[in-house]
Formats: sequence, structure tokens, C-alpha cells
Amino acid sequence: MKPINQVKMEFDSKSANEAFARSAAACFAAQMDPTLEELGDIKTAVSEAVTNVIVHAYPHSIGRVQVKLRLFPDNTLEVSVKDWGTGIADLEKAREPLYTTGGAERSGMGFTIMESFMDSMKVRTAVGKGTTVTMRKKVSLRAGGR
Amino acid sequence: MPLTCQSQKRILTARLSGEIDHHAARQLMQDLDLAIESRTPKALVLDLGGVTFMDSSGIAVLLRSWRRMQETGGTMEVVSVPPQPGKVLRAANLHKIIPISFLEPVG
Ligand SMILES: Nc1ncnc2c1ncn2[C@@H]1O[C@H](COP(=O)(O)OP(=O)(O)OP(=O)(O)O)[C@@H](O)[C@H]1O
Ligand SMILES: [Mg+2]
Repeated sequence: MKPINQVKMEFDSKSANEAFARSAAACFAAQMDPTLEELGDIKTAVSEAVTNVIVHAYPHSIGRVQVKLRLFPDNTLEVSVKDWGTGIADLEKAREPLYTTGGAERSGMGFTIMESFMDSMKVRTAVGKGTTVTMRKKVSLRAGGR
Repeated sequence: MPLTCQSQKRILTARLSGEIDHHAARQLMQDLDLAIESRTPKALVLDLGGVTFMDSSGIAVLLRSWRRMQETGGTMEVVSVPPQPGKVLRAANLHKIIPISFLEPVG
């Protein structure tokens, strides 16, 4: 399936950009006429993925974050968040609830939230090369919509 | 991420508002630590009624305050949780650890 609309953005891994990224994603998703709950789910998932890049992928430096948003004809939104940072050594463990390398400031719930708030989540990672998280969510078509 | 505190008979009510993400969390943790240390409440009530967005960063904030209160033998509850933060807290099963009252019915 070819996307009917898409955007790509790239920004510094600074925490001030977390709000920017999730708000931009919400603005893009608005054209799908999502419910308030669906919009909240998308914002939350984007916030989790982008925060992971800022906190874990570039722990001691500022790097690049790339977010791609694609909209498909069946009202599915695809979000991919890419970094060129540390990568994840044990992905299976990292995806488990409560697993964190971030100490007491993190809760280890990010991947669990992304997985449960979106329909699907795929992670590609290589140590020393970086990580790409790709999530999809089909937004309900409402009566009287578009 | 503004925080306003009010205490009465050693019950400290802290109202959180705005967006709780990783960017806002560090300052918020400091503000809550300070409020707990300076007022030594026996009960802490965190009112999330004004929170417009929260992600997993907020879970760590709540757990930290809860631990602080546990250490001093006090209690903590979270009240007036709007739907979006509520969904995040439920996904983390936080209501199994900390008493939480949600603004909408469960389920
Ligand atoms: N983009 C990334 N680059 C490198 N490591 C990552 C990345 N994303 C996640 N991780 C690793 O996976 C672990 C689990 O991530 P997850 O988001 O589930 O929890 P967390 O970020 O530690 O805590 P929380 O999201 O609850 O604040 C992280 O602790 C980190 O070790
Ligand atoms: Mg995370």
C-alpha cells in the first residue's frame, strides 16, 4: 500500500523537543479524524519513543532524531522513530515490562505502553549503529466522517 | 509544569498541572521532594486534575514521592486523574501499588 500523505522531521535529541514531536504527530494524525482517546494514544507512543532516543540512545551527547509519519488509505497511521545512537544489546529483555537501564528516574514501561497503545510495534536495532521503532495504528472511521 | 501545594493538619495536597514528560519530570521531582521535606506531611494527596498529558516519565515521579512517604511512615494517594494519564497509570498497574482515583469509571 502506498501512503496517501507523509511527513519526515529531524531534530536534536533535546528534551524540549519531546513536546514538539508528539504535538506534530497529533497535528498530522488529526486529518484521520481520530477520537480523543486515539489521539492521546498516538501522542503517548510518540513521546515514549522520542524520549527513549533522548535518554538512552544518546546518553552523553546530542544526536539526531528522525520521525516519519505516514498515512495509508485504510486510515492507518505509521510512526517510525529513528536514531543513530547506542543501539540495544538485549532487545528481548528491553521490551519486557519494568526492565530499565535508566535507574530510579525511569520505570521501564515505555515499550509496554507503545505496544499496548498502538496496534503493532517493531524494533530494529544494532549496537553502536542505532535503533528504529516502527508503530502502526488503525484509526476508526466514524459515521459521518471524512 | 506548575505545582501548587497546600497543607492542612499535616495533609499536603499538591496540585499538578500541564504536561508531565521527561523534560518536565526532573524539576517536578525536585519540587515534590522539597515540599515533602519541608512540610513532613503524614499524608500526601497528589491531584492530577490539571494534567493535560503524561507519559511513563510521570510513573517514576509518582513512585518516587510514594517511596519518600513510605520512608517516613506516611501515606500517599493520587486523585482526579484524567483519562490520558489514567490510561498510562493503568498500563503500568500503578493502581495496584498506590491508591488512585480516576476521573472516569474503570473499563
Ligand atoms: N532508542 C534506544 N536506544 C538505546 N536503548 C534503548 C532505546 N529505547 C529503549 N532502550 C533500552 O530499552 C530499555 C527499555 O525501554 P523502555 O522505554 O521500555 O523503558 P525506560 O525508558 O527504561 O523507562 P520508561 O520508558 O518507563 O521511562 C531502556 O531502559 C534502554 O535500555
Ligand atoms: Mg522509555
